[in-house]
Amino acid sequence: MADLALRDLVKTYDKTEVLHGINLDVHDGEFVVFVGPSGCGKSTTLRLIAGLEEVSSGTIEIGGTVVNNMEPKHRDIAMVFQNYAIYPHMTVRKNIGFGLRSSSAPKIQKEARIDEVAQLLGMTDLLNRKPDQLSGGQRQRVAIGRAMVRDPAVFLFDEPLSNLDAQLRTQMRLEIKKLHQRVGSTIIFVTHDQVEAMTMADRIVIMKDGYIQQVGTPSEVYHTPANTFVAQFIGAPAMNMIPGEITNNGSIQLETGGLIDAGLAARSGQKITLGVRPEDLSEHAPASFLEGSIAVREPLGHETLIYVNTSVGEFVAKADGRHPPDVGATVRLGALQENLHIFDAETGSTLA
Amino acid sequence: MAIAEEIRPTTDALLKTTAPKRPANMGQIIRWGLLFLGGILMIMPIVYMISTSLKWPHEIYNLKLIPDEPTIENYTFVLQDGRFFWWFLNSIVIAVITTLCNVLFDSLVGYTLCKFRFPGRYIIFIAILSTLMIPTEMLVIPWYLMSQQFGWLDTYWGIMFPGLMTAFGTFLMKQFFETVPNDFIEAARIDGLNELQIWWTVAMPLVKPALAALAIFVFLGNWTAFIWPLIVTNSVEMYTLPVGLSSFGDEADVAWELIMTGAAISTIPTLIVFLIFQRFIIRGVVMAGLKG
Ligand SMILES: Nc1ncnc2c1ncn2[C@@H]1O[C@H](COP(=O)(O)OP(=O)(O)O)[C@@H](O)[C@H]1O
Ligand SMILES: [Mg+2]
Repeated sequence: MADLALRDLVKTYDKTEVLHGINLDVHDGEFVVFVGPSGCGKSTTLRLIAGLEEVSSGTIEIGGTVVNNMEPKHRDIAMVFQNYAIYPHMTVRKNIGFGLRSSSAPKIQKEARIDEVAQLLGMTDLLNRKPDQLSGGQRQRVAIGRAMVRDPAVFLFDEPLSNLDAQLRTQMRLEIKKLHQRVGSTIIFVTHDQVEAMTMADRIVIMKDGYIQQVGTPSEVYHTPANTFVAQFIGAPAMNMIPGEITNNGSIQLETGGLIDAGLAARSGQKITLGVRPEDLSEHAPASFLEGSIAVREPLGHETLIYVNTSVGEFVAKADGRHPPDVGATVRLGALQENLHIFDAETGSTLA
Repeated sequence: MAIAEEIRPTTDALLKTTAPKRPANMGQIIRWGLLFLGGILMIMPIVYMISTSLKWPHEIYNLKLIPDEPTIENYTFVLQDGRFFWWFLNSIVIAVITTLCNVLFDSLVGYTLCKFRFPGRYIIFIAILSTLMIPTEMLVIPWYLMSQQFGWLDTYWGIMFPGLMTAFGTFLMKQFFETVPNDFIEAARIDGLNELQIWWTVAMPLVKPALAALAIFVFLGNWTAFIWPLIVTNSVEMYTLPVGLSSFGDEADVAWELIMTGAAISTIPTLIVFLIFQRFIIRGVVMAGLKG
């Protein structure tokens, strides 16, 4: 177990810079999730930490030691790959024990460790099977076991759940989280799925185009997103964005016609984007600022998504699951002041 | 942690599913006919080889399949002839060592060219491939001159050295290593194995079918090699089987019945090699099918 620090980390592939100065501190025992759209540099960051790629500039520290020039095997890390990377020609026992091959511990001790890990993962009965006799979830667990067996300082997971079906993914998500609580090691987990990020992370690192957009607890990135990208990436369906402008008396004049008292007189005349989450839009809010007719309903059981057509585009809101308004009905929606997010229309960053 | 077992089709189940039976039509008859013809063409030389090996010398130019007076005299003669034993031994030693070397070196080089990025990698690969375009007949003279200078004439090393690595084998192995996912290699690197260990414990077991195919090719190629062993050897004890067999009889009269007897005996090792390695090839094909 150890701290991890990334300082001004830059990675360049053939003159193309794909990471532009990543700064991050991961504390001992923390579960950090990197999330972002495909191609934003999550895997690259992970591979730099693992030592599978060379750092172009900046430093990586594990447990206070700069590891830039250290071989992967000396960094005291373990990595779980998306397609598991468990060896088809070896039994589960051999696969889990693979990480111990280069250890000088006596054989009995190694075998005991493998049994211990297998028990922790509930795989004791499967130790003599080959990977092609295992289900997807079981293979995933072998891969995790193989990483655990060495008791590394830092665990790296690169989209380990994306090959599993939805049900299994939810289950493994929980298992990995429980495992973390039991073993208490430092974990860096990469995913493109914001639900995975929200449910598992102690802290989320949201990335886009090789830059970190925001670092924070799930609650922080959800309730106080740093910019429109984070706001729309976290939460499903994505946050509604309504263009508007700040008036002379500090209110927000929305293009939908709505007027919101905001007390932002200092910024009068500025173009803004108002963000409201679908779950915060309501017909019962004190003041409404959106009016339109319902184009589509998506019943989800406990709630119904309604897509509202307005003069400036379509917005989505969550309505009651049992008694949703009818398609074609006109609704007037508003939200509580505390649930409004105001962004600079040009830069996209949150207005203080 | 009860997880619904995902049932994968087993190899057996896949192999058992056969196409539904349909009445034979014209196309099928033609197809079977052509296959039958091909089969006959392939098998006739072998049949004649065995037939001739069972004939007396005066009968060999009689093309009858069943000899009038079959005899195993040729077999006892060849097997009791000391020279045949030496040739057989020479061929075994040479074919086995060359096969082992090819499996080892071709896959080492193929692996390196496939999985490592280094300057000049592409040029080296092209250079290796381009040697495929030079026929043995063109190479034997330089090889001979070289062997003469180094004193390799009439030695095992002299017979073997040109074939210890082949461009074809290197190419074959490089292509097969492309099927080994990089994740497998990187995972092993993180687990602390050095590059040689990764090659041996991770990559090599995964390309067994290719290794088996390569082993068969190389073994057969060397077992039947003629021109170079003929040129590089002088003494009768250093001959390989093909060279030795061709020397049966004297200048005026080729002893076909003895040559055919020797040839028949010499097919046994190739059969053994094939039977040993073909399992891997077939299993490899089945595995590849299951992946998708
Ligand atoms: N080996 C490589 N050579 C060149 N470009 C690469 C290489 N690996 C990744 N990239 C580029 O770096 C960017 C980030 O990739 P990656 O870290 O894999 O994204 P993510 O894991 O977030 O989907 C992408 O634009 C990708 O094309
Ligand atoms: Mg990735």
